[in-house]
Amino acid sequence: MPKVTIDTIEIEVPEGTTILQAARMIGERDAAHRHVVPPTMCYYSKLKTSGGYCRTCIVKVTKGSDKDPRPMPKPVASCRTAVMDGMVVENTTNPELLDARKGVTEFLLINHPLDCPICDQAGECHLQDLGYEHGLSKSRYAFERRTFEPIDIGDTIKLHMNRCILCYRCVKVAEQLTDGRVHGVINRGDVAEISTYIQEAVDNDFSGNMIDVCPVGALTDRTFRFASRVWYTKPMDAHRKCPTCSGRAVLWMKGNEVLRVTGRKDQWGEVEEFICNACRFDHKDVKHWTVEGPRQVDRHSVIGANHYELQLKQKLLTKAAPDSTPVGRPQELPGA
Amino acid sequence: MATPITQPLTKRSQVVSEKRMTLMERIYLPAIVKGMGITLKHFFRLRKATVKYPEQLRPMSPVYRGMHVLKRDEQGRERCTACGLCAVACPAEAITMVAAERKKGEEKLYREEKYAAVYEINMLRCIFCGDCEDACPKEAIFLTDRLVPTDYTRGTFVYGKQWLVEPLDPALRVDVSKRQPKAVAEFKKDRNFAHNR
Repeated sequence: MPKVTIDTIEIEVPEGTTILQAARMIGERDAAHRHVVPPTMCYYSKLKTSGGYCRTCIVKVTKGSDKDPRPMPKPVASCRTAVMDGMVVENTTNPELLDARKGVTEFLLINHPLDCPICDQAGECHLQDLGYEHGLSKSRYAFERRTFEPIDIGDTIKLHMNRCILCYRCVKVAEQLTDGRVHGVINRGDVAEISTYIQEAVDNDFSGNMIDVCPVGALTDRTFRFASRVWYTKPMDAHRKCPTCSGRAVLWMKGNEVLRVTGRKDQWGEVEEFICNACRFDHKDVKHWTVEGPRQVDRHSVIGANHYELQLKQKLLTKAAPDSTPVGRPQELPGA
Repeated sequence: MATPITQPLTKRSQVVSEKRMTLMERIYLPAIVKGMGITLKHFFRLRKATVKYPEQLRPMSPVYRGMHVLKRDEQGRERCTACGLCAVACPAEAITMVAAERKKGEEKLYREEKYAAVYEINMLRCIFCGDCEDACPKEAIFLTDRLVPTDYTRGTFVYGKQWLVEPLDPALRVDVSKRQPKAVAEFKKDRNFAHNR
């Protein structure tokens, strides 16, 4: 089994693992090391052949392997590069690389509008996080941004092509989850856009997952459109008996009202299980679901603003074992 | 009968002196005379602490934090896009809003694709800290030097859009230019930002 060192942390991984997966293994092993995981915009572990488009996950390989210790000449996409025994990778410890990632972020933001106050994705948008961490506050782009009119894809999905960063995740969903793809990328280069052929409605049981995999606000839920900002809704884990999917979902609630249903996203922002359109769009009544309890939200996420579930749980934990957790320092809980 | 306490309850407890009062202290009169003297002195001091409101007004800071205004842009469109950042910044949780989508033909009314159909500030909850105007990304909400009028019922203090949005008439607009620091004025000159267009 090859051994790889990422930002001075060593891990042994199975043959054929990519650098990104190895970094995520480090993050899963110890939450304190989660910062070594490169950000991803297009790679999605649940979708085959995804990744390699956005270059956000680039890392510097300073030693190729034990057999061939030469460094790789350029930063490599960690989602597409397999580890070798003795490989040494630098991510956050290499300032040059962070600068390169800043450049990538700037490229991604060239055509992306600054309409976070309007966008339904704000608060759970990966590009927003990335821009906040690596981005510039000003754009150096002198030309007009490309603009499109928002399009309705079917009666449940809205496409804002302005915000799209062409990550191809939704295309992979259309290819791999649904039968008979009616949705893809047309044109090339600067004029490339995702589209359904002649705006044909995407109509099959799993098309709603495009909304979940979209890292930005290009594909949004029309049934949730402008209904609320995500941080005013309360995510609740819930399940129901569903003949087509696992039925395990998150209800985004306001009072007793279910405003939105999405899949359950793990700590890397990927859904654990894809859910069907019936669960997502048609069962917006809390009576149809068995609510398991509030979903644990990352402490640094805006979604957790004014929510007190974590503290409540913490209180229960400290009551059960008063000596195990130091007072005033909430335990880090996994899950986003 | 309770048992006498043998040790102090806290570390901060102090032993109170049980000194007996002197005769002068016991008759109280000298102390009363001394106190009345101070009161009398203030009778003849001619420094006024009051003004004849409302004919006379006290000077007010140009950046006084009073009643809010929801600004319109130069073309009279509402700037607020119901992003909810003011409400999440509000420490008193005084702000609530309901967003709506702008329809075709309403472009002259609302600046952005989304607007606040309902925007309410509970003036009794509001602590006038100004965090909402700091949080606003659209320069839509400002605190002004106007005061919130008094009233007899609590319900009337929930101000909706009819109270908060400034009037369309350019003569009746609320001037907030004094509230903007130099850096903001500089920033607003830069037409490269979509924000300023």
